[in-house]
Amino acid sequence: MTGALETMGLGKQYGDLWALRDCTLTVPSGRVAALVGPNGAGKSTLLQLASGLNYPSAGVVRVFGLSPRQDPGLVLPRIGFLSQDRPLYRGFTVAEMLTMGKKLNPRWDDALARRRLQHLGIPLKRKAGKLSGGQQSQLALVMALAKRPEFLLLDEPVATFDPLARREFLSMLLEATVEDGLTVLLSSHIINDLERMCDYIIILSAARLTLVGDISEVLDRHKLLISVRRDTDGLEHLHNVVQVTHTERQTTVLARTNGHIWDPSWEVHDVSLEDIVLAYLGQPQRDVPTVTMDRADEEVLR
Amino acid sequence: MITFRLDTRSGLAPYLQLVQQVKHALRLGMLEVGDQLPTIKQIVAELAINPNTVLKAYRELEHEGLIESRPGQGTFVLKTLAGASLQSQAGLRRSLLLWLQEAQQAGLEEESIQALFLDTLRESLRRGVA
Repeated sequence: MTGALETMGLGKQYGDLWALRDCTLTVPSGRVAALVGPNGAGKSTLLQLASGLNYPSAGVVRVFGLSPRQDPGLVLPRIGFLSQDRPLYRGFTVAEMLTMGKKLNPRWDDALARRRLQHLGIPLKRKAGKLSGGQQSQLALVMALAKRPEFLLLDEPVATFDPLARREFLSMLLEATVEDGLTVLLSSHIINDLERMCDYIIILSAARLTLVGDISEVLDRHKLLISVRRDTDGLEHLHNVVQVTHTERQTTVLARTNGHIWDPSWEVHDVSLEDIVLAYLGQPQRDVPTVTMDRADEEVLR
Repeated sequence: MITFRLDTRSGLAPYLQLVQQVKHALRLGMLEVGDQLPTIKQIVAELAINPNTVLKAYRELEHEGLIESRPGQGTFVLKTLAGASLQSQAGLRRSLLLWLQEAQQAGLEEESIQALFLDTLRESLRRGVA
């Protein structure tokens, strides 16, 4: 199965500065993938390269096996992109936005758009610029979904939402993944809710990829190990040590394990996704670990 | 139909929370054989939760022979966990209530009651009494 998104050695340079470097990853179809990292880590750059809004300085990007820059006619109808700044024409009414969507997109589903807007209580006659911030974002998502994309990219979609708008927006998005088998890649710097929404994670730090993989696999593999103060050489021989902290008496290790920890002198604890993400944000890695899922349940939901 | 909830701070994987909630409902007789469970889409829309999480939970329950998904129709309860114990539950609940009243009269607060109950439960399980 080809992934919805595949990159190999992908990089983007602005002058002397690399906004993204040596990025090799796959987002399998049917996933809801989270792209996390601090501001300036390269999240928006990766999304722009994937949606063909920008061209790479190095490496390759493929969407459904095709280049978004070289085959825009084949790629663009199949993807949706929602940028940070709610891409709406503020002077247009909601109904006029729909007409525009219909005229510009061959696969436009007008009935779907109207049904969703009605459900959200967004009036068709109101000017887009007069809607509340939450409603503007919802309208933008309705527009993106009515395009019937197979792959939807969202740049910080919920950063400015109040909790209710955030929940409604995510419900609509996730419902669409069930209805249409949509693949989603969304960037976020809010990490506390990711485990609930997403099943795949990509961590960027300082323009570099630091971790990619299935979230439940990532959670299974990472452990917090605690022991009286000691060196970690034996541990590093078998497992990947992500982070080590020593105090006078104690050694604490966050490890990506490659199997059971047999040494009984380590006290083994589970780690939350948030703690794993934070550990990786601190550490650009030389070899990017891909925590792959090789179980049978990798299937596209329809 | 039952509704699901998700406690993001429980530390328990979201799919296991769904599995436990179905089992809980089966034990208490809130779900009976033949009852329909919410569709994946309904749960996803309600909880804003990843669809694969729901799928995983339903697959686990299916694997245990508790539910069955019928293509095009939905997911249904195959087996209940209440069984014979359901009849005795009313009586047990009454004696537990009496005990709880006694505990309150003795000045125990909710947390102390919980701690005492759980501690005694573990102790008796360890001895093989329960």
